[in-house]
Amino acid sequence: MRVAVIDYKAGNLTSVLKALRHLGAEPEVTDSDLVVLARAGRIVLPGVGHFAATRRLDETGMTGEIRVAIARGVPFLGICVGMQWLFAGSSEAPDQPGLAAFPEQCARFPEGAEKVPHVGWNALEVNPASRLLAGVSSGAHVYFTHSYRAPVIAATTAATTYIEPFSAAVERDNIFGVQFHPEKSGDTGLKILSNFLGVESEPAC
Amino acid sequence: MLTKRIIACLDVREGRVVKGIQFVDIVDAGDPAELAARHAREGADEIVLLDITATHEGRKTLLDTVRRTAKELFVPFCVGGGIRTASDAEQVFDAGADKVSVNSAAIADPSLIDAIGRSFGAQAVVVAIDARRDPSAADPVRDAQVLVAGGRKVTGRRVVEWAREAESRGAGEILLTSMDADGTRAGFDCELTAAVSAAVSIPVIASGGAGAVAHFTDVFTRGRADAALAASIFHFGVSSACALKAELVQSGIPVRLPC
Repeated sequence: MRVAVIDYKAGNLTSVLKALRHLGAEPEVTDSDLVVLARAGRIVLPGVGHFAATRRLDETGMTGEIRVAIARGVPFLGICVGMQWLFAGSSEAPDQPGLAAFPEQCARFPEGAEKVPHVGWNALEVNPASRLLAGVSSGAHVYFTHSYRAPVIAATTAATTYIEPFSAAVERDNIFGVQFHPEKSGDTGLKILSNFLGVESEPAC
Repeated sequence: MLTKRIIACLDVREGRVVKGIQFVDIVDAGDPAELAARHAREGADEIVLLDITATHEGRKTLLDTVRRTAKELFVPFCVGGGIRTASDAEQVFDAGADKVSVNSAAIADPSLIDAIGRSFGAQAVVVAIDARRDPSAADPVRDAQVLVAGGRKVTGRRVVEWAREAESRGAGEILLTSMDADGTRAGFDCELTAAVSAAVSIPVIASGGAGAVAHFTDVFTRGRADAALAASIFHFGVSSACALKAELVQSGIPVRLPC
């Protein structure tokens, strides 16, 4: 299956590509080519680094093409900053809007006794209705590395607690996001990516 | 709850895992890709590969080793040793590493930390610090000497101020090795680890001195470590990272289980 993986020049895509290939997908990287997005059966927006880097999506016209693909029913997965981009924005880069598929804002973890960033393996509290997390039980650990997080909302399908509960996974129709790194989360992560490759296309309402 | 990480470390020379015994003999302990896969399967939360190859030809071997090791590895993978420039780091990332660890090159030119962080994100930069307590300093622990060249060369930097600078330049984690404890198997230097961990907001990985399961419990509580490096897990009287974690959880340490 043709999977478009978006490179917005904010880090290293090798691990995501490797995991997708391991699962039998044919990832195709694009940093601006809208044709790659237009013919993709799946779109993945990975992410490490700064929310401001998502500006490139607007500048290249990829944001518009992603909206079209999502409306057509193409399953979309945002990882880490890629998931935060599905929200209206983030206090990390207040002038840079996200896709606003979810109207809430992302914000930094509050300062306090705990360290920020949140780095390491933490547990998921899974909503069993999730298609992306099918076969993943509550208590399963996945790998996180981030300082900003999305609030728990109606579309949250997994919550994780660090200082307070936040959205570890969100899902609505064909829009999926995970705050953690499935490509670095062992068998649990591969299961989640495999679920994503297997979900039915379902046009967003 | 965020768990404490057990990180398996592989020392690699000329493409093979080596293990010094009694600080002298180098024993061939196997293929890095196979060993990394085995550690991941047996519960290691992360793999660190430290290249101790000194030669230029060895660098090419390293990239090949990283590529082969990363291929089927789906846990975080950090590579260190001999990374002197942002372009060295880029080659290692392209070969499949998620993080690079920099040590002496960062001391020589601290802006290396900024440069790698800018291109690959702070989460991808681990600053490795080798430190030895300085009995002549006002605070022998916070002002422990930072050493390079395998602990042979004093740099003039002090552990806490260097860790803070590394953080401010965009390091994502600190890999702290106590040169006093290293090789003793008498336990981690918990005071040193706690001093650094309290001084920065980024995770601190403790290294050096582990010889028993209780040492890990100690460094995760008293030492305030976020992760601990286990150079050879089989030295601790347990068969795997998973077995080590099964014992840690008994002492109330949060770990990723089942592995």
